[in-house]
Amino acid sequence: MSITVQHISKSFGTVKALKDVSFEVKEGELFGLIGPDGAGKTTLFRVLTTLYLADEGAASVAGFDVVKDYKDIRQNVGYMPGKFSLYQDLTVAENLEFFATIFGTTIAENYDLIKEVYVQIEPFKNRKAGDLSGGMKQKLALSCALIHKPKVLFLDEPTTGVDPVSRKEFWEMLKRLQQKGITILVSTPYMDEAALCDRIALIQDGKILEIDTPEAIVKHYPKTIYDVSADNMYLLIESLKAYAYNYSVFPFGEFVHYSDSRDSFRLEELKGYLETKGLQEITIDIAETTIEDTFMELAR
Amino acid sequence: MKKENVIEVKNLSKVFGDFTAVNQISFEVGKGEIFGFLGANGAGKTTAMKMLIGISNPSSGQAKVAGFDVYKNAEDIKKNIGYMSQKFALYDDLTVKENITFFGGIYGLSRTEIKEKAEVLIHELGLQEVAKELVGSLPLGWKQKLSFSVALLHAPKIIFLDEPTGGVDPITRRQFWEMIYKTANTGTTVFVTTHYMDEAEYCDRVSIMVDGRIEALDTPKKLKDQFNVKSMNDVFLKLARG
Repeated sequence: MSITVQHISKSFGTVKALKDVSFEVKEGELFGLIGPDGAGKTTLFRVLTTLYLADEGAASVAGFDVVKDYKDIRQNVGYMPGKFSLYQDLTVAENLEFFATIFGTTIAENYDLIKEVYVQIEPFKNRKAGDLSGGMKQKLALSCALIHKPKVLFLDEPTTGVDPVSRKEFWEMLKRLQQKGITILVSTPYMDEAALCDRIALIQDGKILEIDTPEAIVKHYPKTIYDVSADNMYLLIESLKAYAYNYSVFPFGEFVHYSDSRDSFRLEELKGYLETKGLQEITIDIAETTIEDTFMELAR
Repeated sequence: MKKENVIEVKNLSKVFGDFTAVNQISFEVGKGEIFGFLGANGAGKTTAMKMLIGISNPSSGQAKVAGFDVYKNAEDIKKNIGYMSQKFALYDDLTVKENITFFGGIYGLSRTEIKEKAEVLIHELGLQEVAKELVGSLPLGWKQKLSFSVALLHAPKIIFLDEPTGGVDPITRRQFWEMIYKTANTGTTVFVTTHYMDEAEYCDRVSIMVDGRIEALDTPKKLKDQFNVKSMNDVFLKLARG
């Protein structure tokens, strides 16, 4: 195992940030920690990168214990925090040079590993890090986190605030790093990114809700979900919520995701009901269950 | 039904030196519509929105917001719109009630109005228990709902939302969209600026800006059909990558 987490708990005053968290990440795995702001993702990263001591439990990274062997862990992991934490008043090249030196290596020695990411910002290597755009900052931070060839890479919300094009490029890059044998633990609040991981842990309020492959997690959803639409979204949601047989009602883009509490559910009956509410242009079709549906079901 | 427009933009541009941030954009937004204004970082969304809310003068073109001209009546525009951003916070060190009172005052409501509205709002949001707590101690989701309601205190014709649901959990996010639908249903126009494509899926119509221009404008459904893809994210990728 590349990462093992056993019964980790951590509180700040009265706030329980992590509650008995356990999971394992295999060597070379791309593992996603999926949850909203305040779920405990960052706290967990800090415990694993030896920046916080947990109140309870044990954890190891790359074979090293997070408490006893913290110095070894720091040599063997790369950490990209959620907040941009490089030196804003150093240039791109200076930042990279700095981190290489700190870890007793050189840019040349590990250039192969960072090349793909770094070539995209190399034209701006004399620009101060503080003057880079969001997407470029992210690439520089990743280069710095990789420069000492870490065994395990921790990425805390690397794509938050990044537009879809840069997000897609970033994930393509992660896949290629994974192929080079690096274990990656990545956190994200975007449920659609979950599908890009080998396995994921859904986390909310400091608790792990479920751990599995994205495909398996979706399959665990207990009901059939229907895409319902009509001419008035607000009235549609209100009507479905007032329907005696509803199991769940959640707006979902242009549709409402509806599931019924009965085993024998008849579309026509629901359609008739919605018509009595004055709705028109009603459509009801079987929907594709998503990670978000499962997340909401588990978080209820 | 006759469509009433509350935003009318024609050939609107903004130039900084030799850089054209917004390049002759034109669109209309109807009363009670939820309009998504999308674009990548740096596409010109923020610059365009600043012109619409009356805090930046256009270089050329015309725009009317809530019936007022952006050149001549910027102050009237400000009184008739609400604004909420993901970053714009309420005052963390004031209580829920104090925040409502403060913003009510800023928007020029009378004491009696503020009192009445505060009660309705606190009740509707189910915040009775925490009305006297500091806003800083509330969960993010509650803050956002409160912030949205505060931006609606003065019954604006249009509310501008900047990435309203980034980072919140999926259930809270949906409660938030239900509030948006409810608001739109009462005739308030909702203008959502975002680069989160899942937020775009909820809008009645969306426009997508690329390099200062509006490259697409339609309902999410029609855009997805047009580009033959399953999500707005894919529509965006196709447009932005060319």
